[in-house]
Amino acid sequence: MTPPSTALSRVNDFVVKFANVNGSGSASANGLFAKAILRMGVPVAARNIFPSNIQGLPTWFEVRVVEAGWRGRRGGVDMAVAMNPQTWDKDLAEVDAGGYVFYDSTRPLPPSKLRADVTPIGVPLTAICNAEYSDPRQRQLFKNIIYLGALSALLDIDPAEIEKLFGEQYKGKEALLDSNRKALKLGRDYALANFACPLPVRVQRSDKVGDRIFIDGNSAAALGCVYGGATVAAWYPITPSSSLAEAFASHCRKLRTDKATGKKRYAIVQAEDELASIGMVIGAAWNGARAFTATSGPGISLMQEFLGLAYFAEIPAVLFDVQRGSPSTGMPTRTQQADLLCCAYASHGDTKHVMLFPEDPKESFEFAAMAFDLADRLQTPIFVMLDLDIGMQDWLVDPFEWDDSRRMDRGKVMTATMLDAGRDFGRYLDVDGDGIPYRTYPGTHASKGGYFTRGTTKDRYAKYTEEGPAYVDNMQRLQRKFETAKEHVPAPAVQQGTKPAKSGVIWFGSTGAAMGESLAALEAEGIRLDRLRIRAFPFADAVAEFIHAHEHVFVVEQNRDAQMKSLLVNECGIDPAKLISILHYDGTPVTARYITREITEKARLFNVAPLRKVAP
Amino acid sequence: MTYLAKPKIHHPSLPKNALGFTRRDYEGAISTLCAGCGHDSISAAIIQAFFELDVPPHRVAKLSGIGCSSKTPTYFLGNSHGFNSVHGRMPSVLTGAALANRDLIYLGVSGDGDSASIGLGQFAHSLRRGVNMVYIVENNGVYGLTKGQFSATADRGSKSKRGAINLDESIDLAMLALTLGATFVARGFSGDKAQLVPLIKAAVEHKGAALIDIVSPCVAFNNHAGSTKSYDYVREHNDAVNRLDFISTREEITADYAPGETRDVLLHDGGTIRLRKLNDDYDPTDKVGVTAFLEARRAAGEVVTGLLYLHPHSTDLHGALDTVAVPLNSLTDADLVPGEEALAAINAGLR
Repeated sequence: MTPPSTALSRVNDFVVKFANVNGSGSASANGLFAKAILRMGVPVAARNIFPSNIQGLPTWFEVRVVEAGWRGRRGGVDMAVAMNPQTWDKDLAEVDAGGYVFYDSTRPLPPSKLRADVTPIGVPLTAICNAEYSDPRQRQLFKNIIYLGALSALLDIDPAEIEKLFGEQYKGKEALLDSNRKALKLGRDYALANFACPLPVRVQRSDKVGDRIFIDGNSAAALGCVYGGATVAAWYPITPSSSLAEAFASHCRKLRTDKATGKKRYAIVQAEDELASIGMVIGAAWNGARAFTATSGPGISLMQEFLGLAYFAEIPAVLFDVQRGSPSTGMPTRTQQADLLCCAYASHGDTKHVMLFPEDPKESFEFAAMAFDLADRLQTPIFVMLDLDIGMQDWLVDPFEWDDSRRMDRGKVMTATMLDAGRDFGRYLDVDGDGIPYRTYPGTHASKGGYFTRGTTKDRYAKYTEEGPAYVDNMQRLQRKFETAKEHVPAPAVQQGTKPAKSGVIWFGSTGAAMGESLAALEAEGIRLDRLRIRAFPFADAVAEFIHAHEHVFVVEQNRDAQMKSLLVNECGIDPAKLISILHYDGTPVTARYITREITEKARLFNVAPLRKVAP
Repeated sequence: MTYLAKPKIHHPSLPKNALGFTRRDYEGAISTLCAGCGHDSISAAIIQAFFELDVPPHRVAKLSGIGCSSKTPTYFLGNSHGFNSVHGRMPSVLTGAALANRDLIYLGVSGDGDSASIGLGQFAHSLRRGVNMVYIVENNGVYGLTKGQFSATADRGSKSKRGAINLDESIDLAMLALTLGATFVARGFSGDKAQLVPLIKAAVEHKGAALIDIVSPCVAFNNHAGSTKSYDYVREHNDAVNRLDFISTREEITADYAPGETRDVLLHDGGTIRLRKLNDDYDPTDKVGVTAFLEARRAAGEVVTGLLYLHPHSTDLHGALDTVAVPLNSLTDADLVPGEEALAAINAGLR
């Protein structure tokens, strides 16, 4: 089969999209595909696009092979591996002109099902499987490995790397190792015999991966909880956060089991609902343990009352909100950044909460560990705002780092010794002027330091009162404490030239994956923007200063209502007209192409950069 | 109760316990509940029980939800840390606290609205998890603070102070606790302190989830004719199955009873509970028999009190989770943080 003359020729820069049926065992083969390319030193950005279903519905896995190291989705597809007849038409339609469609050709396809500008690559996968295996489950599973073998020949992926991965995966299970090798060879041999391998779209060994690691944000955050000293986790299963709690359990089994006794230096409870999860976290943290819960939007909605208590009674708590498509049940397996307002002002009355916005699994690890210090230091709930794109996708990131001299910051805790030395203890007394009072752990001292924790109004010594002045005094101190938080949370990442550009752009969280690539494309078009990545709420003063220093600032976010913009306007007193929203909220991660197009159009409207010809 | 503050000075002749504390050291602030409230009698019984058990007051954490009953932790154990949480959610806060520090005694105080209505879910799950706690429900069948609405433990057909008839079936928390796997289930009556004090003491020493459902009449809203939670009704229909003497390991059994009148239940830690049998056929370790007995007496309109069920070899949530022997909140960086080298190995596994 000769490719049409328009066929794409791309080395280390293409997108392969696998279309599979959920529950068919394809995830493992697809994972091997991505990892083998990484082992060849070529970066990939991989994303699972899956339904809220266990078996039967369509699922996709998109691998962007990208030597330049961009981490976002590019948009468009160069090769569709179309293994799901239900979605054939849609999958084929997505392929860029000149691209390829790889399919199971056991049953011939009518020409009407193909596209003239897309090269078909038919491999009779089912026929090969049926000839080789009699067990239906084996036929299904090895079909995946056979297509992996065929793709390795077509795209020039080194089979030795795949075999090495088999070896790691099936260490000690020789039978499985051999049968996988055999299936891989079946696919390879067929492709080599029937096509001109490799195709013009192919992988070429490189050295751009370095010592980077490939991990999902939920696992990374869970590891951050281990390093952050968390001992109590209470959670309720909800997509896309469940794997965070499960990863914590798995990390703890390895890292926190007492070697001598086999006993556990952690406690994990799967609660009956999210109300109970946050209640347990609050109880544990009140009693001096580091505790967290992992949830998603619907869970945050259920936790509202307790969050007000934790704010008002000043109890540390760490919450991971792995955001998904919303509102209501929404799109449980799609990504969004739409819980900002719901978390920032969670619960009735005047409340404000600290949020951290990691941009990838590396920061998920760092911010998770840091969240426990912040919670103890500020004695308030800390939200670590992940989303499905960070939480459930494997990302290529720099290796995790830790400094062994680092110690947990337990914040202001008054000990028995301090009480005996005659220190005045008022649970809500602002001794240092930063709004943060001292606390005691229950059971500290026989006659001093005991107090009553309550959601009702109290005075500086934790005595119940409904006196207006005492109430106002307390609320103002809480406000002061929130100001103090600005100095402790991660500072925004700012990049600007010595002379500020006319316009700037602000983003946060997983949007960063597409941002670098988009900014490079915009620069190529002559649109230069100063950049600020928000890493926490409350906003550092630098955020407002950045906005004030520019005529217009684009705010890129993945929700409909421009929630970050609302927070900026509300908290920094910004003129809303200065902030131009770039919004993407269809549940898929925002792409660089989308951001570039939107900013280009809007920049023209606002005349951000003089229209000038860019040298080719 | 009284609104006169008590003097701070202790009378020198006040009796002291083994730790040198007087009963006054186990008291709290002055109650702001209505004069004659059953809940104040329960607070007095709690004070007496902890005094007699020689527990250092600050080693108790007292937690509650919202409502009249949940206000009471202010009125006892004034040197203990207390936590007045949100409505119906004391059990989860207590569970978390118990996970953080297994060495304290956890006393959860709740009411019928707090536990049987808004908080039934958390009530259930804390018991089935076997959280090591004493869970006291001060059960009066009404919402006091909002002025007399029925709660979920009000009996069907009982009459409110305003004359309304309760149309819904009532929830029997003791029976429910039995079904849910609580390993210590008792029912008391706030008007019977002699029965209540040993029940609380035994519950404190019990390892695992101990529920005491205490019928505690509301003098303001549920103490009239037609109520099934009034002092008069409960006194007339109280069917006490046993009297109990809690004997901890260090105490000698001195009480003298005629043979056949008592039954000793040996506990896993060497302690003993001595039951003075009031009903010859009642065996509190036979869950099936207990369930049948309670059903029958409930159908007859009786309020069965005493130690209803006891699992002599119970374990708790920490046992199930297999946590280390020291409190989790006492672990240090060295115990918890795996360090750089371990992280390097983890990084290597992710390439």
